[in-house]
Amino acid sequence: MEQYALLIAATLNAGTVLAIAALGLLINERSGIVNLGAEGMMLCAAIAGFATVVHTGNDWVGFGAGMLAGGVLAAMFGYLVIWLNTNQFATGLALTLFGAGFSAFAGVKYVQEKLPERSSFSVPGLGDIPLLGTALFKQHPMVYFAMALTAFIIWFLFKTRSGLVLRSIGESPEAAHSLGYPVRRIRLAAVVVGGMLCGLAGAYLSIIYTPLGVEGMVSGKGWIALALTTFATWRPLRVLFGAYLFGGVTMLQFHLQGQGVEIPSQFLSMTPYIATIVVLALISRNPALIRINMPASIGKPFYPGS
Amino acid sequence: MSETTPLRLEVRHVSKRYPGVVANDDVSLLVAPGEIHAVLGENGAGKSTLMKIIYGAVKPDTGEVLFNGKPTHIRNPQEARALGISMVFQHFSLFETVTVAENIWLGLDKSFTLDAVRQRAAQKAKEYGLDVEVDRPVHSLSVGERQRVEIVRALLTDPKVLILDEPTSVLTPQAVRVLFVTLRKLAATGCSILYISHKLDEIRELCTNCTVLRGGKVTGHVDPRNESNASLSRMMIGAEPPKLQHREVNTGAVGMTVHGLSIQAEDPFGVTLDNIAFEVRAGEIVGIAGVSGNGQQELLAALSGESIRAPSGSIKLFGNDISKRNPRTRRAGGLHFVPEERLGRGAVPTLALAANTLLSRASDLVGKGPIGWVSPRLTANLASEIIKDFNVKAGGPDAAAKSLSGGNLQKFIVGREIGAKPKVLIVAQPTWGVDVGAAAQIRSALLKLRDEGCALLVVSEELDELFEICDRMHVIAKGRLSPSVKTSEATVEKIGEWMSGLWEVEHAV
Repeated sequence: MEQYALLIAATLNAGTVLAIAALGLLINERSGIVNLGAEGMMLCAAIAGFATVVHTGNDWVGFGAGMLAGGVLAAMFGYLVIWLNTNQFATGLALTLFGAGFSAFAGVKYVQEKLPERSSFSVPGLGDIPLLGTALFKQHPMVYFAMALTAFIIWFLFKTRSGLVLRSIGESPEAAHSLGYPVRRIRLAAVVVGGMLCGLAGAYLSIIYTPLGVEGMVSGKGWIALALTTFATWRPLRVLFGAYLFGGVTMLQFHLQGQGVEIPSQFLSMTPYIATIVVLALISRNPALIRINMPASIGKPFYPGS
Repeated sequence: MSETTPLRLEVRHVSKRYPGVVANDDVSLLVAPGEIHAVLGENGAGKSTLMKIIYGAVKPDTGEVLFNGKPTHIRNPQEARALGISMVFQHFSLFETVTVAENIWLGLDKSFTLDAVRQRAAQKAKEYGLDVEVDRPVHSLSVGERQRVEIVRALLTDPKVLILDEPTSVLTPQAVRVLFVTLRKLAATGCSILYISHKLDEIRELCTNCTVLRGGKVTGHVDPRNESNASLSRMMIGAEPPKLQHREVNTGAVGMTVHGLSIQAEDPFGVTLDNIAFEVRAGEIVGIAGVSGNGQQELLAALSGESIRAPSGSIKLFGNDISKRNPRTRRAGGLHFVPEERLGRGAVPTLALAANTLLSRASDLVGKGPIGWVSPRLTANLASEIIKDFNVKAGGPDAAAKSLSGGNLQKFIVGREIGAKPKVLIVAQPTWGVDVGAAAQIRSALLKLRDEGCALLVVSEELDELFEICDRMHVIAKGRLSPSVKTSEATVEKIGEWMSGLWEVEHAV
């Protein structure tokens, strides 16, 4: 039993990186901007956070540095695609290539460096419950933050006027413009928030999840986060579910690899990617839900007043 | 007009030039409080530009706008709304994925809560007799319902001037009555209404004043109640509309038979076709009337072969089942098609007219054999021929399709399909957005084709047009097709009732 509790705990931890990044991307995609630079932003944020912790020893300053790195890169991306109307896909790809190169260059001297062991976290009073405590209540605060963030985004998008404006802009920037909303500024804000959350996810990855300096340590999680938002039809709760599913299958296949199952490890390593996409594609294939939740203007340039 | 109260709105000597065209040339307009003022003109006469200038969306080159007697610089639509100028657009600016109340909320001040907006919207709708359910998502509404939402949204801003752009083009004749009642009620409260239209009867019935535009210039300023359709038409197009020759119908063999055509909608915003049945004989024009969004798109896709989801045996061309055939096979069997969307479906916008002939005439133009060379000489010749025969105003066969005006491109496409000598021709919205002269030419070409023994099916939203050219009419409503009625026995009232789906009532009796 104990090992299942540990598996659940590891799942939540592994899903958190993806959840935070994908929720950030969900915000900017709901405004109609798709940022394929997620991987690049996460890489830069990971190294920014890691280096900051190496020098300051404070995790929270490291998270801040990661958010700053993600936010700055996203702001550059946003300026290019929103004001200069460069192609969103090409610009995002460029950002990912830039992020991969820049993080490798800036991270050279941190390669193989290890952060010191963290003291373990435990929710007072609940962490000592047998099994349940181990499974759910001995997590890093960022794990709970991801859950709270999901609830907050649901409330924001569907219960507040600002969320309604954001969704409307994603559906029809022209109509929102004609009603007098500052479409470009709101989109930039959404893009920067998305970048900051991707940055936070990257920093969490390098500081807590795998606290070891490696080149390319994000290893495709930015791409998975992008896929998650789409396959979860831009709905926050499904994004969170998909992230945990990915985390769970990742942990399960590690477990199987450890047990020496007769399946080549390369195949096992593929399973989280395949399983997540297949499951989300199956539960979200309802065309009505896709039409209603998909930001209709996504990826398209917008010229105000034309 | 009394001298003491200032005019609500005054436009003085406004001009606006775009590259290559003068959209407004020294246009002036006077509107008193509580007046329903028509702005009459053809497509391209400058009506939209003038309204955009009043609404602050376009800046005039010269001239000024006075609001309540004071010169006012309206820089953007927000300022216009703050002054009390509201506009209901021809193409609605509603968000599909959110509810009616949320849409209205987005257009109002931040200070309201959603609940307050729901209550006020419901109350305003009731006050003006507009049937609006505030909690429904907009994508589930018909076009007429959407227009009511737009009007309620405009009313909640307490407008002093309400601009309506072609408001009746999406309504059944009965719904037009309801709209007129609402507008008169609104005018009685002192709100001025600018009513943009090209429908002469409506203007003569509703409006007390009328400014006529032609080619960007004001050609008349009249009280429409004292005018006739002919006199208004002379001001609008410089001539009376040509009369059509409509000969006695002489039908031949059945060209197309549709029977038991039911298709479940794939798209949640689409319409499910329900057991559609009709036939079209050689030598007659059959019309399908109906408000757009009632299944026309789905029906046309099934008939043209763009969609092959129709059940086997449901569509027959001269007795052969074509329900699963692709458009090319159907064309080879003599079925040709003029789609509603000119740019994108009927023609490739960026390609030359010569190349566009290939879209549906490839079998005449492309060499046989595996490679299928295209002869530039043949395509150019064919394009020139169509341009000449149908009086298309274009730079020549090399002009890009998108460089033509809507009317001229439509003439070109109709000419291309007629030139193929179709046995059955399906035409969707033949004269939508086409000026009166070109519309008359297209209609007479269709009638000529009928007299030559072609079977024609015309799907249109313009009732006048259907009454003018069709021999029989069906109505499509909510994916169902009414029985057919001879045009000579049909009335606008009856067709209007059918457009709301109410044809069983009389058939049950």
